[in-house]
Parts: sequence; structure tokens; C-alpha cells
Amino acid sequence: MEPTGGAPSFPLPSQITDVPGAEGWRSMYAYFTRFQPEDDQRFWFYNSMHFPEPMPAFDTLTAEIPYTAIGANTARVFVFPTTLGIEHRIVNGRVYITAIPVTDPAEIERRAAIFTERAGYYYENWDQLYARWKDRMDGLISDIEAIKVPALPEFDDPAVVTESKGIAQNHYVRENFHRCIDLYSKMWHHHTEFLMLGYGAYVVFFEFCKKAFPEIPDQSVARMVAGIDVIMYRPDDELRRLAALAVECGVDDLFAEGCDPTEVFSALRSRGEGGARWLAGFEQAREPWFNVSTGDGFYHHHLSWNEDLTVPFAALPRYVAMVRAGKPASRPTEALRAERDRIAAEYRDLLGSDEERAAYDQMLGLCRVVFPYVEDHKFYCEHWFTTRFFQRIRQFGELLARQGVLGEAGDIFHLHHTEVDQALSDVMLAWAAGGTPLGAGHFQPLVAERKRMLEVLRDWSPPPALGPMPEALNDPAVRMLWGVTAQTLEAWSQASDAIDENEVHGYGASSGVVEGVARVLRDVNDIGEIREGEILICPVTAPSWGPVFGKIKAAVSDIGGTMSHAAIIAREYGMPAVVGTGQATKRIKTGQLVRVDGDRGVVRIIG
Amino acid sequence: MSDSDFVRGLAAIGLRDRPLAGGKGASLGELTGAGFRVPPGYVVTTLAFERALQALHPGGAAGEIRRDVERLSSDDHAGITRVTAAIRERIEAAPLPAGLRGAIEDHYRRLCAPAGDRPVAVRSSTTSEDGADASFAGLQDTYLWVRGPAAVADHIRRCWASLYSVESVTYRRRLGLPEEPLAMGVVVQRMVDPRCSGVMFTRSPTTGDRSVVCVEASWGVGSAIVSGDVTPDIYVVSKVTGEIIKRAVAAKLHQHRMAADGSGIRTQEVPAHLQTRACLGDDEVHALARIARRIEEHYGTPQDIEWAISADSDDLPQVPAEERIFLLQSRPETVWANRDAAPVAVPRRKAFDHVLDALGKGFSS
Repeated sequence: MEPTGGAPSFPLPSQITDVPGAEGWRSMYAYFTRFQPEDDQRFWFYNSMHFPEPMPAFDTLTAEIPYTAIGANTARVFVFPTTLGIEHRIVNGRVYITAIPVTDPAEIERRAAIFTERAGYYYENWDQLYARWKDRMDGLISDIEAIKVPALPEFDDPAVVTESKGIAQNHYVRENFHRCIDLYSKMWHHHTEFLMLGYGAYVVFFEFCKKAFPEIPDQSVARMVAGIDVIMYRPDDELRRLAALAVECGVDDLFAEGCDPTEVFSALRSRGEGGARWLAGFEQAREPWFNVSTGDGFYHHHLSWNEDLTVPFAALPRYVAMVRAGKPASRPTEALRAERDRIAAEYRDLLGSDEERAAYDQMLGLCRVVFPYVEDHKFYCEHWFTTRFFQRIRQFGELLARQGVLGEAGDIFHLHHTEVDQALSDVMLAWAAGGTPLGAGHFQPLVAERKRMLEVLRDWSPPPALGPMPEALNDPAVRMLWGVTAQTLEAWSQASDAIDENEVHGYGASSGVVEGVARVLRDVNDIGEIREGEILICPVTAPSWGPVFGKIKAAVSDIGGTMSHAAIIAREYGMPAVVGTGQATKRIKTGQLVRVDGDRGVVRIIG
Repeated sequence: MSDSDFVRGLAAIGLRDRPLAGGKGASLGELTGAGFRVPPGYVVTTLAFERALQALHPGGAAGEIRRDVERLSSDDHAGITRVTAAIRERIEAAPLPAGLRGAIEDHYRRLCAPAGDRPVAVRSSTTSEDGADASFAGLQDTYLWVRGPAAVADHIRRCWASLYSVESVTYRRRLGLPEEPLAMGVVVQRMVDPRCSGVMFTRSPTTGDRSVVCVEASWGVGSAIVSGDVTPDIYVVSKVTGEIIKRAVAAKLHQHRMAADGSGIRTQEVPAHLQTRACLGDDEVHALARIARRIEEHYGTPQDIEWAISADSDDLPQVPAEERIFLLQSRPETVWANRDAAPVAVPRRKAFDHVLDALGKGFSS
């Protein structure tokens, strides 16, 4: 860290040098994602919450499209007064972002007039509009599921002739690929349609609570608004049900710590009616609930449970043991609801006047209206839809591999979507002409080089932030979603000249103090490796890890606010969690003994 | 006038007895009556104080001292120093009126029974309604480890005299408070030898937050905290969830302890291995917070509470935390009570107007 003029700041974008051995990283990303010289004047932070790993070329779409949508909604559709959209840049494979603030008072006022009308309309009609939103999302999911990748057989389907379609199937290679991208874009527009308004309502309630109760832990505010019947908990609930079913069917002995899904399935098939019943229950549960992503839906390789059953199978043994021990496997929803309502009622009683209580009722009431969206949209968008989206793209990869352009289907994710366009054109032309696609010589060396570079880039430790300290953090998403506040910045800047080598500081997201052996997971696909009683140290916690939380003693993340789903889940499991440390995965090694203090937000390496 | 007008057991005193028992005595009596664990004791009432003042003036001119004080001007430091020194000397030197001495000795013996002369704490308890007693609370008007009837009588007179300390009189003259209704009760309680002690507030002393209990604790007698001789451990406990939301274990270098020869409270160094150790277990923090909430509930307003954990109970680890804790004082919190500001927010026409307002001007971080 190079202090400039005494004021605290972070390294400047222009000071970041290429990682040796991966100097060609720019070839993977679009020109508009490069840092510009004038970007040194602005504050940027590493979005490790959504992009904790170096970006494969295709996956940059999961930054490009969300930012296209969120900015459109805040800046142009709802006309938020103090913030425009979010800009992103990629350096050494990592995504940095910044929100563009509006600071001119006259401009804010002009925008506020439009905003009040438009946002007011959504708040006023929230339930009705959200119901419509769900219908639309169901429609988008059906649409993406219906997309077929043309097989390009030697002769086209006779129906093209008998129904006089007049359009050969090579046309649909591009049309259907574009349709995937277009549907993904629409999904993100809908995703961000309610997002900022939803978070805005929460931030306002949060600020109120912090003013009325300066000592209130962030997590207590979160608990007051948290939903109980949250769709993101459904996959976990299904697992608990399957554990109970295993005991009921007498096949529970197959679910031992470290069990392998394939072996369990083959054993189940030889277990007669009990095994068959469990398998039927399993098939029923997995659609749609096992479309939950192992990650957060931002990387092609973050597979869904359906594609990688090790995550659900890592959680099942514990639930089975609970059922055997006579403990109810299902979440105690009534008790959770009663506790949430008790907390909200007690804080209400503690307020100073009836006037304050009336304002509190309004704000909390509004939060409860918007929260079903805030909590549930992820399952529809980042999980269910995105799982389908990546499956379709992989099918295009299979086509390219069959046609000899790519070595294997997954290589498609090492091409930028505009490069995929070119590869598909190549295939469409060759099929039409009866020739051979030319892409093998062009793309295969490129893909090999990119795979190599991504491995090199994986070891780079990106600074948590770049550029000068911002004057204001006006963007509710930045505060809510990323947990970036003035305090975070201070922690980040202090972390770079760390005083105590053995301590990592973050935010206490769930209280309690425990000691245990650390398991550092840089790659979310390794979550299945977590063993009973370990302490999870990860770049960011993903909602679908919920079930695995039952096994661990505590969770620590590099980034995340107290409203991240993982923080909520940690609280629900009653285990300490420290989030937003910026550094934990760098400073802590697997096997080290650590003490996690979820009250103070401190992780200490003790052996 | 009977004995019970001069001396009365804590169990027979309530808040309404403030004119008779003074603020501290009334509060301790109230706590005792409400079932909280207060070291057993009695109050030498304000009637006893009046009687003693009268005895200074055989002619019956009890008002003379008060008139002398009322004539003083708050900026006349020299005058206040001279006049109050004389008053204090007279009060401390005069023997207790006979009937009074008998009653006080009688209660002391009963407090000690069946043992011999037990050590007691002798604490002043004024009737003033304002924050004067709070502002000048401290060492000068509380005497610990007092043993034997003669010493007890001695310290009761010192407590009476402390009503005429320079600080106290200057304060009253600055506010122009009348002297007539002002009197001093004295609390005599069985001494608790504390392993650790401290104060707790049922709202945050630093932010005024009513949703937390803040506990400050250090080794030995609580006077170490009040006098600023030690940085205490600090715990912040949520009243709503019961969680300990902040804890700061300080390096507690000093403690106030009774000298081995019983000659008085000494400032000692804390043994090295205890300095950075938390002096409370989590169970004790939780128990203190629960007690604080019950006391606040009993009074209906935020409280400022002094407590101690008996050293004897170290031998009895099976004793639940709640039963190791003694309460030494509870008074209404005054700093934030007088500062309650404008409401954080007022209701709007529509709930979402709150959000539109906030998003319209941005969030200050």
C-alpha cells in the first residue's frame, strides 16, 4: 500500500502489474472491461463476493449482463436520485467494481422527482407486481429449458420439407445460442427489477435501528426481517426429508460420513422396496430443488447439486444421524418465527415513544413485504435459471466438440461469447458447405493457453480495493450486498499493514466463540470435502452450502455483509461467523487451529 | 420516638421511605424487599441525623448549621472551606445522643449474630432529589471493613459530616438548593469481600442505547473503577437476545483490597497472571444482565447499578452465578435520561415514504 499525500488509500489500478506467466490475460476479456488511466481517480473494490476466482472468458458474461441490467434499472428505469449504475473492470482475471454516484444537489432533486413516482408505484403494488414477476420467471425458465441445440445430422429433418419450413437447422445454431444469451439477459433485468428497491427498504430500516439502538448487532436487525419460509432453504429442507425417509425405508446405514453418491445409488438398487422408495423420493426432491448451485451461479463450473451430488451427500449423514437420535430433522419453523417476532416486539417496546414505534412499524412492515423477493429471487435466478443456462451453453460446447472445433465441450467456457459466435458461424458454414470447420487450429491452442493462465492467476491475491477512499457510499446495493461501509474500508486499509500476524478482523455475523481446525476452501466445488467439526474459511459463502453448515463449527469469509444468506444460515445454525475479513483465505492455512470470535468479528490463529 | 424511628432494617424500607432513609438506603431497602440479593443491613435514619444535629445545639437551634450554609455564596471558596470544616469537626467530635447510640449498637450486634464483631460497610445516603449524591458519590462517603460498635458509631458521624463536604456544599450553593429538607441517612451493611465487582448500566453509558446492559468489572472492590485506578473489563449484553455483543478484557493493573491487617482499603498490584484475564465468566455476565433487567423492570426506568461477586463463593463453584452476585446500589440513570432527543423517525403518510426520503438524499456512512 502506497499512501498518497497522507490520506488513506489503496493501490491505484495503474499500479497493478501483470501476474508473471499470465501476461496474456487481456486476450480473454472484452476491451470495455480494461482499466483506463482516468480510473485511477476513482475507488474500486474487488467483487470477490460474486467473483471469487479468476474469470474464464465466457463467464465474464455473468458480470457484463448483470451490470447491464442493474444499471439500467437504477439509472434509467427507476432513476435513483443519488446513484447511477455499477461499472466493472477486469484485471488479472478479477472483477473490480464501482458505483457511479450522483452528487450535484440540483441533479439529485431532478432525479428524485421521477424516482418518487416510479419507485412509489412499485412499493405501492409490490405484492401484485411480485406475483407477476414469479410468473415471468417461470416463463423464462420454461423458455430456457425448451431451447434445443441443433444436432446438425448429415440430412436435415424431413419436417423442414413436409411442413415447408424453409429454414435449415444450421440457422438455429446461432438463433438458439443468441436466444440463450437473450433469455439470460432478460432474467437479469427481472432480477434487478426489484433488487435495489428491496434492499433500499432494508437499508432504511437498518439505519433506523442503528440510530435508535446504536449498539444493536447487524445480525439482530437481519433476524427481525428474515423470512421463515424462504425458498433458498427448500433444498436443505428436502435433504432433511430425505434423511427421515432413509430411516423410514431402512436404508439409513448407507449414509455414512464420506459416502460416495454412485456407490450409495448402486447399493440402494439392491435393497428392494425400501431402496426403491428412497430413490423415488430422491427423484421427486431433485426437481427443481437440486438445481441449486454449489456456488452462486456466476461460474460455469459451479455445478448444481443435480450435477454434483457430493454436496447434498456430504450433508445427508448428519441429518440421518439426527433422525436416528430422535431429533426432528425439519427446521423448527414455528419456533424460528416466534423468536423472530419476539425480537422485533422487544426492540419495538424499547423505543422511546409511540411516534417512533409507529415509524418502526411502517419500516419493518415494508421490509417484510419486500423480503420474500430479496430472499427468494436467488433460487429462481442464480440457481434454477442459471443452472439451465449453463447446461444449454455446455450443449453448444458439445456441438463444437463434435464438429472438431473444440477439444471438449467444457472448452466453450474459455471463449468469450462473441468468440463462441464466430466458432458457431464456422460450424454453420462448414455444415452447409460440406466442408470442415477451421476452428480447431484457431481455438484449441487459445483454449489451452487460457486454461494455463487461469491456473497461474488463481494464485494472485487481489487487493480488496483500489484507488482513493470514496467520499460517500451512496449505493444501497454496495452497502447491503457487499457489506462495504466506511468501517469495511478502514478494516481493509488496516489489513494491508496488518499489526498482528495471527489475527484477521472482519464483522461478527453470528455470535459465539469457538476453536477448531481450519479448512480453507478457495474453490467452492471443494465444499464436499468439509468434515465434521471443522471451521470453514472461504472467499465467500454460498447459500447452497447451508446443509453443510450443520457439520462445521464456524464460518469465516473474505467478503460478505451480515445480510448474506450464509450469515443468516450461520445464525440459524447458531454457530459463530465472521464475514468480510478481506484476508482470511490468504492468512489462514488448512489444518491450523483457529479461534473464531463471532461477537467481535476476530479470527485468531492459535496453532 | 422509638428505636425503629432511628434505626430500621433494610427489609422494612422501601422507595417511599426516601425522606427517612435517604436515597441509597431507600433504594437498597426497595431492592431487598423486591427479593434481590443485597448484603443484609440497616439504615440509621434521617431522624437520627436530625437528633444528632439538635444535640449539637443544646438550646434546640438545629437550624443554625443550615442557616450558616445557606448564607454561603458558591464562589466564596475560602468561606465554604472554613465554615464546612468547622461544621464537620463539630459533627464528628460530638458523641452520639444516648438513646441513639443504644439503638445503633443493638442493630450492629444483631447484624453480626451469631459471630462476634463482623466487618461492615458504612455508607452515606442523602435525601437530595437531584444528582448531587450521584455526582459526589465515591470514597469520601463510603467506609468499608468497619468493625466493632465504636468504629461503626465513628463512621456514622463521618457520613453525616460528609453532607457538609466542600464539594457537596459548593454544588448545592451553585444550584441555590434549600438546606432545610436536606438530611443524611446512613446504611450499615454486612461487608462482602469481593473477588471482583463493578457497575452496570441498563442503557449504554456511551451511546444511550436502551437495548443493552453494559457491565464494567474489575478485581477487588468497585472503588477502583469509580476512582479511575483501573480500566475495567467491559461487556455489552443485548437485552433482547441475551447475547454478549461486545467484550473488551482490559489489562487490570490495580485493585482495591482490604489490607491483610484489616487496617483499610489499599491499592495493590493485580498478580500478573490475573491482569489480562477476564474477571467474569460468561455465566456471570449473563446473570448480571438478567439481574439488571429485572431491577430496571422493577423501577420502570434505566438504572445505574453497583454489584459485587463474593470471594467466598469461589469455594463453591456449584453455586449458580445469580447467587454469587450482591447488589450494592441502584439509582436511576441521569445522564441520558436528561438528554433524550428528538425521535429517530416519525410515521409518514406511506411506509415507503421513509425509503423514498432516504434514497433521495443518499446514506451517510
